[in-house]
Amino acid sequence: MLSYALQRVGLALVILIVVMLAMYGMVFLVPGDPASVALGPRATPALKALLTERMGLDQPVLVQIWRFFSHTLQGDLGVDVWSKRPVLDQIAEAFPHTLILGIVALGWALVLGIALGVISVVYQGRWVDRVLGVVSVSFISVPSFVVAIYLLLIFAVWLHWLPAIGAGKPGDVTSQIKALILPSLAVGIGWVGYLARMVRASMLEIMGANHVRTARAFGLPERRVVLRYALRLAIVPTISVIAMGLGSILSSAVFVETVFSRPGLGTLITGAVFKRNYPVVMGTVLVTTAFYLLVITAADLLIAKLDPRVRDALAD
Amino acid sequence: MKPPLLEITDLSVAYQTDTGPVMALRGANLVARAGEVIGIVGESGCGKSTLAAAVMNLLPATAKVTGGAVRFLGQDILTLAPQAQRALRGTAMAMIFQDPMTAFNPVLTIGDHLVDFQHQSRAPYRAKLARARDQLALVGLSDPDVILRRYPHQLSGGMRQRVAIAAALLMNPQVLVADEPTTALDVTTEAQILHLLRNLRQTYQGTIVVISHHLGVVAELCDRVYVMYAGQVVEQAMVDDLFHAARHPYTRALLACDPASFPNLTPVLPTIPGRLPDLRDPPKGCSFAPRCALRSARCTVAPPWAQVSPSHGVLCHEVGA
Repeated sequence: MLSYALQRVGLALVILIVVMLAMYGMVFLVPGDPASVALGPRATPALKALLTERMGLDQPVLVQIWRFFSHTLQGDLGVDVWSKRPVLDQIAEAFPHTLILGIVALGWALVLGIALGVISVVYQGRWVDRVLGVVSVSFISVPSFVVAIYLLLIFAVWLHWLPAIGAGKPGDVTSQIKALILPSLAVGIGWVGYLARMVRASMLEIMGANHVRTARAFGLPERRVVLRYALRLAIVPTISVIAMGLGSILSSAVFVETVFSRPGLGTLITGAVFKRNYPVVMGTVLVTTAFYLLVITAADLLIAKLDPRVRDALAD
Repeated sequence: MKPPLLEITDLSVAYQTDTGPVMALRGANLVARAGEVIGIVGESGCGKSTLAAAVMNLLPATAKVTGGAVRFLGQDILTLAPQAQRALRGTAMAMIFQDPMTAFNPVLTIGDHLVDFQHQSRAPYRAKLARARDQLALVGLSDPDVILRRYPHQLSGGMRQRVAIAAALLMNPQVLVADEPTTALDVTTEAQILHLLRNLRQTYQGTIVVISHHLGVVAELCDRVYVMYAGQVVEQAMVDDLFHAARHPYTRALLACDPASFPNLTPVLPTIPGRLPDLRDPPKGCSFAPRCALRSARCTVAPPWAQVSPSHGVLCHEVGA
């Protein structure tokens, strides 16, 4: 188990390095000199030279890469080209907003998705199941930014129940929670549908398994059979899907943060890309990639923890 | 007279399929008294597993009971409320399944299972665990405490089947249904499990219903045997009578095909010519007639059940009465 954990962490680090190299390569592959693109057509050569130097683009490529990695290892992600603020500070400011958005969205997905999936199984083939099937598929099909706009219109603009923009007042938890409801729903609703379908399929397969028949043959109450014998097993394959889905949750957070004007990594990265603010782009990608890898690695370890068969296969 | 422990009368079950109902059981009868070991034999598709499932009230949703009754101590369990049916399972009647590989939940330990299976008992957790440990020792597992902490995949097939037997006996059921208990096991393990089941007969007071397509297993374990064909019981006899004085042409053909009965190697294994009738449209007359060497004109009419002796009955025009 420990060697498996180390192996997974090592693999995650390798992927992280490859991603960073690929990102660095992109800076040079994008047509046009970053400094002149960023400054526009009327920039003076002196200004261009200044910006090129500030971005570190006047150095040979290998030196740039070396600098980037060694600085990163020291916890220095460089400074914002425009505001000269350290990138790390900006990310540290934005990341919690995105993280809480992702977690709450995932929470919706887990609670509603698993519940709807289990209900579908219990009422399999009856109208409840069919209605839930249609609802789940529509949840999956509608893009999160469309959901975001509709939620915004209905609950913020028409009904005035919830705030339309921002992340709530600092220090005011109630306003922060209120500001979180609509964006997290917009991000998570597709996952509600997706998880409901997955849990349903996975449970139906398990409900037909011999061990479920055994449990019934011993007269165990149906509730116990569904929740202890079937759901526990059905959860295992969904964990890795949820972890993978975190990537898409982060990317839909980019849109949703824009719609709701929430501060967060999404807002930070879109702004930085438009302004060719490379240190900020690189730093944001590094942090999101690292976070994503962390979650996937954690999911793999969690699966090994939950499924004794996987655990034993690893021990061999 | 006391009602028999288990009595199945005229039970008919049909499976709903896309091409119409399949009559898996057509008026099956069975009586089992306390202390008896009953065998049910027949080839695949003859309805023996459906019969077992009906006894346990575990028929799949696609199966429908179209007639008859399953009486446990005189009470028809098919008409009981689901809650009352469930209360019988695991306590009054228990089942040993065919495939020990898949019979247990892979993410629960053996201990979790065995404690859960005593859910109808009000005993505290520790008492249930102790009971589970005792049962495991009883079925010949040498290190019960270790087994309790194991997950199903960590045990061998034979060990798992022992655990399954221990599980079935946890609540001292009066009826124990063993559906092909040794079919999924290799020959050596099969012998051990048969040995265990035979020893069990010494201590166990209830009825055991053994379902098997294997005549050897039935000969080893049972007192009385029901032979099934195409959803019907075609012959019922004490085990010795069945093996030495079988009457029904199907039973005779089945015995003639048992490889264990050949003293020498034969170049070609005998088989029963023809195949099972289509149970979506069962024949009006004797269902075995198309494959039968003794068939005559009257076999186009359904044969009556005939007692050739008080303990030996047969469903045939030609050899009955």
